[in-house]
Amino acid sequence: MPSLRLPKLLRANPTETWLIIVLVAICLGLSLSSDKFFTIANLFNLLNTSSTNLIFAVGLLVVLIAGGIDISFAVAASVVQYVVAVALLRIGGGDWLIGIGLAAIAGIALGAVNAALIHYFRIISIVVTIATFNIFFGLLMFFTRGVSIYNLPEWWTHRTMLIEFQQANGNWTGLALPVAIMAICVVATWVLIRHTSIGRQLYAFGDNPEGARRLGINIAAMHFIAFGWLGLMAGIGGLVQVHYAQEVVPNALIGRELDVLAAVVLGGARLGGGRGTVLGCILGVFLVSVTQNGLNLLGISPYAFKMIIGAIILIAITLSNAPLGRMVAALRQRSGT
Amino acid sequence: MTDSLAPTAAPKRSLPRRLFAKIGAENIGLLIALVVVIAFFGTLSPRFLSMATFDSVAFQLPELGLLTLAMLMPIIAGGINLAVTFTANLCGLTLAWVLHANGGPDASVFAFLLGSVLAVGVGTASGFVMGPVIAYTGAHPILVTLSMMIFLRGLGEFLTRGADISGFPEFIQPLGHGSLLGVPIPLLILIAAVIVWHIMMTRTRLGFSNYMVGSNIEATRYSGIPTRRVITLIYALSGAMCGIAGIIMLSRFNSVRVGHGESYVLITVLACFLGGVNPFGGFGKVVSVFLALIILQLLSSGLNLLGASQHLATAIWGIMLVGIMILRWAAGQLTFLRITR
Repeated sequence: MPSLRLPKLLRANPTETWLIIVLVAICLGLSLSSDKFFTIANLFNLLNTSSTNLIFAVGLLVVLIAGGIDISFAVAASVVQYVVAVALLRIGGGDWLIGIGLAAIAGIALGAVNAALIHYFRIISIVVTIATFNIFFGLLMFFTRGVSIYNLPEWWTHRTMLIEFQQANGNWTGLALPVAIMAICVVATWVLIRHTSIGRQLYAFGDNPEGARRLGINIAAMHFIAFGWLGLMAGIGGLVQVHYAQEVVPNALIGRELDVLAAVVLGGARLGGGRGTVLGCILGVFLVSVTQNGLNLLGISPYAFKMIIGAIILIAITLSNAPLGRMVAALRQRSGT
Repeated sequence: MTDSLAPTAAPKRSLPRRLFAKIGAENIGLLIALVVVIAFFGTLSPRFLSMATFDSVAFQLPELGLLTLAMLMPIIAGGINLAVTFTANLCGLTLAWVLHANGGPDASVFAFLLGSVLAVGVGTASGFVMGPVIAYTGAHPILVTLSMMIFLRGLGEFLTRGADISGFPEFIQPLGHGSLLGVPIPLLILIAAVIVWHIMMTRTRLGFSNYMVGSNIEATRYSGIPTRRVITLIYALSGAMCGIAGIIMLSRFNSVRVGHGESYVLITVLACFLGGVNPFGGFGKVVSVFLALIILQLLSSGLNLLGASQHLATAIWGIMLVGIMILRWAAGQLTFLRITR
């Protein structure tokens, strides 16, 4: 009976359940306090603005599941943007297919650099990616001298709407192309980690690398697949961000890596590997963007956004990691000794 | 631990060997790197070996150095503190406000002292929030300090609206730009902080507990060390060091802006790893990290002298970290071969 399976699914995923409850509560509160929140236009706006972050997030999810961490992906995306833009201008335009193809190759190549250093020299991923973060960013700024590119090919910056309609007040609103790309990336990641043998191996490897190795899982392949997938997503996310921003700015994405990381881990992915779901990842990203959107609609100063979001994440982490019973026990134990 | 036992175990070793054991393989490698960097830039540019270079290094090193010290103890404890720069910013803001509330440019020395104490207090408080969350809930340090970083950045931007705050009394200037007997005062403060940290890590219970918590927290807890209290203290001390860094940054730039030194976060982690701190915690020496810092700053100053941009220096810092990690891996392979032969 399908109606009975839902509670079981929820019980098996406490973080996701918890996030859904919080998200629904926030949405309810916002729809009661602002009449602009619960509209199709706002929903489309939310989806359009979150697409880049969600594409990055599902990529990072795969690396986290495989037990790694990556600080360099946002900078890698900037490198990809620049490389693709220069290459496209050189060949005289191109189209979406060529653009995504180039971005995929460049992104996977940068991911493979990380994977190679991690695998062949046994350096842990945080050290490698902090180093490559500096290398990618330093070289990008050195070679570009911080100059932005504005004369991009027409297809790249032209707003293509998937669904479009006119609102009551006469403004046009719609779902932009990035949302479709985002959906494809999310579904592809879900299929990869949930419905392929590689996905099961990634979970196993992240949970217990040595055990996975003894089972005969190819460790090198795991590193290259995880970081290659994140590189691919970083490349595509970079393209989408350019579509949204209409320009290539070399330092536009710097700092994004930590925001995405916070959202993904908020969604239940475990630093240390072996745990994390695409659903949780989506919820984590949307919890942050819905909060931001809601604060905006409520007319709260934009300067306060990050403070409130930071506080929410800090509280969420504290609560989700500390079942109250364990905290009371810890306090009792402390007063006893 | 092994360092202090080595001489008693083999008292009749030759002098170079004893010296080697005393300095430690880690520091020898860093000293070689230091000599290579000096020789490289010294031959490329005759102006490199001059007082000007020394001054540029000596005045720029302290900000990064103090923040790296703040990063060091959490990493040795198996954690990390990503909030260091924004904690320092907020501490700077605290001092700035106390000065402004007491007449801005005409503020008294007492106001400065009070502001500095409050600044260090704010830093300590930020650590006192993060520490218990990490210690009592078992949440991952990266996550806790990352959300604290986002929160503090937001708080600072909210309070300042992203603006610079300046207009401080004249007598603060020497703290950022003055010299005492030819040695820049910020450098003296950094050296004092390094000595304090070194003594704390090598001679006190807290330092010892810090290494033990980083090596094996469960075993440490079972040996009767209050690990949770140790972790709380470590993050509080890290925050206090951020406070000192914030004060130095205020006097160096003569202004406070939330986001000053933002890019230093990952550089401080890089400096720790370069200085041989184990990324998993448990091992790492203050002196080695100090050496690594000098190398990083010399590289940056040297490239600057040759006309290259700071960005190239950033890239070379990254390449250097990868290079050193590969060398360490190779050294590990060699030792492994020697043992198993």
